[in-house]
Amino acid sequence: MSSKEMVTIHIDGKEIHAPRGASLLKVARDNGIDIPGLCYYEKVSPTGSCRLCVVKIDGRPGLVPSCMVQVEDGMKVTAFDDEIESVRRGILEMILAEHDDDCINCEKNGSCELQDLAFRYNLGRELRTLPSLLDVVPKIYDDSSPVLIYDSHKCIKCGRCIKACFEIQGKGVLSFAGKGLGEYVVAGIENWADSACDGCGECVQACPTGALVEKPVYGVRVREIDVDRKVVTTCPYCGVGCQLELWIKDDRIVKVRGYDDIPNRGSTCVKGRFGLDFVHSPDRLKYPLIKKDGKFVEVSWEEALDYVASRLSEIRDKYGPDAIAGLSSAKCTNEENFVFQKFMRAVIGTNSVDHCARLCHASTIAGLVRAFGSGAMTNSIEEFLNADVIFITGSNTTETHPVTATYIKRAVLFHNAKLIVADPRRIDLVDYATVWLQQRNGTDVALFNGLMHVIWKEGLMDEEFIRSRTEGFDEFIKVIEKFTPEKTEEITDVPKEKIIEAARLYGSAERASIVYAMGITQHVTGTDNVLSLANMALLTGNVGRESTGVNPLRGQNNVQGACDLGALPNVFPGYQKVTDPNARRKFEEAWGVKLPEEPGLTVVEMMYAATQGKVKAMYFMGENPVISDPNIPHVKEALEVVEFLVVQDIFLTETAQYADVVLPAASFAEKNGTYTNTERRVLWVQKAIDPPGEAKPDWVIVQDVARKMGYDMGYSSVKDIIDEINRLVPIYAGITYERIRNGEKLQWPCPSPEHPGTKYLYKDRFNRPNGLGKFHPVDFIPPAEWPDEEYPFLLSTGRILYHFHTTSMTRRTQALPQYVEGPYMEMHPDDMKKLGIEDGEVVRVVSRRGEIKIKAIASGRVYSGSVFIPFHFAEAAANMLTNDALDPISKIPELKVAAVRIEKIE
Amino acid sequence: MSIDNVLKKFEPLPENLLPILKEVQETRPEGYLTPDDLRKVAKYLHMSYARVYGVASYCSALRVVPKGMHIIQVCDSPACQLMGATTVLEELKSLLGISEGETTPDGLFTLETTSCLGVCGVAPAMVVDEDVWGNLTPDKIRQIIESYREEETR
Repeated sequence: MSSKEMVTIHIDGKEIHAPRGASLLKVARDNGIDIPGLCYYEKVSPTGSCRLCVVKIDGRPGLVPSCMVQVEDGMKVTAFDDEIESVRRGILEMILAEHDDDCINCEKNGSCELQDLAFRYNLGRELRTLPSLLDVVPKIYDDSSPVLIYDSHKCIKCGRCIKACFEIQGKGVLSFAGKGLGEYVVAGIENWADSACDGCGECVQACPTGALVEKPVYGVRVREIDVDRKVVTTCPYCGVGCQLELWIKDDRIVKVRGYDDIPNRGSTCVKGRFGLDFVHSPDRLKYPLIKKDGKFVEVSWEEALDYVASRLSEIRDKYGPDAIAGLSSAKCTNEENFVFQKFMRAVIGTNSVDHCARLCHASTIAGLVRAFGSGAMTNSIEEFLNADVIFITGSNTTETHPVTATYIKRAVLFHNAKLIVADPRRIDLVDYATVWLQQRNGTDVALFNGLMHVIWKEGLMDEEFIRSRTEGFDEFIKVIEKFTPEKTEEITDVPKEKIIEAARLYGSAERASIVYAMGITQHVTGTDNVLSLANMALLTGNVGRESTGVNPLRGQNNVQGACDLGALPNVFPGYQKVTDPNARRKFEEAWGVKLPEEPGLTVVEMMYAATQGKVKAMYFMGENPVISDPNIPHVKEALEVVEFLVVQDIFLTETAQYADVVLPAASFAEKNGTYTNTERRVLWVQKAIDPPGEAKPDWVIVQDVARKMGYDMGYSSVKDIIDEINRLVPIYAGITYERIRNGEKLQWPCPSPEHPGTKYLYKDRFNRPNGLGKFHPVDFIPPAEWPDEEYPFLLSTGRILYHFHTTSMTRRTQALPQYVEGPYMEMHPDDMKKLGIEDGEVVRVVSRRGEIKIKAIASGRVYSGSVFIPFHFAEAAANMLTNDALDPISKIPELKVAAVRIEKIE
Repeated sequence: MSIDNVLKKFEPLPENLLPILKEVQETRPEGYLTPDDLRKVAKYLHMSYARVYGVASYCSALRVVPKGMHIIQVCDSPACQLMGATTVLEELKSLLGISEGETTPDGLFTLETTSCLGVCGVAPAMVVDEDVWGNLTPDKIRQIIESYREEETR
């Protein structure tokens, strides 16, 4: 490839080989020639504005900024001579003339690029020849953002923040304002709070001086030089798996930086950078609690463990093992999920172990396993950059997977990708889209079938791929036949012209990626929706190649891993079926016990089994179903009627209030282990501090309970668990402790210690027994509940950027509630006018299941007749209203469509 | 004319930012663009607030803070500098009792400098609102300012 062609250049007589076209400044620095520079930032395009990196190049007149020069063969460069150094010194003096070098009280003292250069060029105040201009430089000090502070007197106008915001995050919130000495960086019009800035902090990380600094959201102002240690770990929030660098002082997290590695390359969102102080919340559980006479009492571990073990043993012996059900956790590590499901299966003797993946991507696993063979993202996050077309549906990616969204935005902004958004709400990504298809909630299958109809009719399908790599086409196409653009428009409300335009775009792309999330999965037709998307990829041959595929974005940090490691009622770790005698035999031999043969209960089924008296005890590790599950009134009833409930968590959550025993767990910062991110990549979680009080890692607690019940798992460290996973789980066989600790970030399947991991799935064959991808004929089925006269509005629920899941973490941070404090409902202004509701008025929302009071805000994001409520907030929980009707295959509830009535409160 | 009527005249394309801002400003009796004006324009053009504010605060024809009734802009380009622009500026400062960038307490005049007006033949020069004045001397400047003052008192 020509771009990789190496050239030879000389800098100050030193011969250097470098790829043609590379930045001269970068090449020089990579080779130990330390040319100064302040506006150059490797992650963004060069600016050439500070002029400090000027050099002489033979054959070119004058001094040229080396950051702007691309190396060419034979280039002869002078990087250092007296003249150049004198010019640099002069430039630096001019920068310093406008700079308030109050280093003594500056957070960047000791890690400031300007300070370093002033020292290097010996430019102490009394040694400067230019007078300070600070008196005439307007002072703009903007601390209106919840997370950062801007000070124009520290700003050198390099523009790195502005470019970082646009070129890395794809946001473009920042700009220069004013001119000359009055130039400064602005977000919004009047101040930072006025802008669309969402607090990701990319600008702060890019700033070379103290102009943009983090607010002390972790409680103390610190400089880098104050920090005791820096610990690289994996973010505990969403499924992207951002690598973070935690700055630790006095055993507290005091600052967080994005770490420059796969998959985030230094970027974070506002939660990862500014939302980890929940770790130090005074609300953290520190000691085991037992409920005595209706009140929680602190007890010793010995007493708590004895109590749990004896009660669980009693109930198992009295009612049988299936009278106990457990929820594992997508927040916990792979090792903890492995240990928990092993406890339920081998120690209790039931397969009734599930976790909240049931509520997010159960239908993904069901659908993608049927179509392709494995239930995971086919491709990798970074591959979005090179897709020609990205088709996003049911994913508000900028809010739910913010760093993944940066790849999608960059693909559109800088790599000519076309974006198709199919979403009932006008999400932020619509601004980046070529086509926006606003289908009615719950009509996804009809829309996708309509798109495929056009692709088929116009001959845009990949016939060779269909012939050689798939089966079931004939059956499938019979269903597609009737979804003409006209009929599709009728069902979905999407104009047929747009359907045709989107179909042509997707159908004629060389590399098209489908991206989706819970807008697709949380329906009674969730599995159908997923199958339908798989059909689209199969029809056009957009799977099994780079930058293509069907890519479910997994919600929790480790929901992929929790599924992979068997926290599901129908499969052992590695998706080995519990009904398969061979699989069972393997695990029975490894664990030395007889294992149950029948699949266990899923999340919602457990709750019903409890109210029916079949389940008598429950053990929840890191789950909060009282907020996260549909039909909360029923969940509460279930938790009240069970004889015994154990909750293991880092906080006394809404669910823990119902517990008989509460066991205090260590947070992500207090334990070792691994998470598997949404792209099947196993990432190390590094212990940074000790847990508070007597809290312990979840796997330690579960192992202790098992031991008390007479089963010794024998793990002395996380490594022992990983070793066992390597032996029992073929897709994880090669992801060894040693490789993980050596910094390898492997993607499963990785069947052997020599295997490099799998970047994208199904290159040569699908993972189904015959190796073929399977088309499924999927017809349109309406949601379980449509709006009607009594309940005329369609309610959809979802997530927002500033909170996570049931807010037990995000509400215990200083910064995040400043962005969004509590519950609200998005409602179309026309509907509000019709009902006489003012913007911000508190209204009553009623469904067949329950009712809540909530603030209605006017929003153009929803269409008239529909409303949207973030599901995070306990005091107005959307799940009081949602429907627990289940997808018949995956048992995922229909969280995305419910009929509600909106009443004014008199 | 309301801002909506101005916006209607333009396609929502980024290249229309400057003409839109200029025309909106012309409809404003106070002669400057308010934060709300800028927000509306930004939304119409799907641009960030900062981008719009950046342009508005950079371009000398546009104003983001209230200004005097008459805007005096003294050319500080080389030709005028050589012919005594500094003297012109000093004369105006003492005459009006304000510094560059300021507005007189009676709200009549705002004093600014500007780049080349393209009338180097009559340097040193200044422009008051739309009127160009050249071959300036301290006497002539006094007369010009006096004439604007009289116009207002009439």
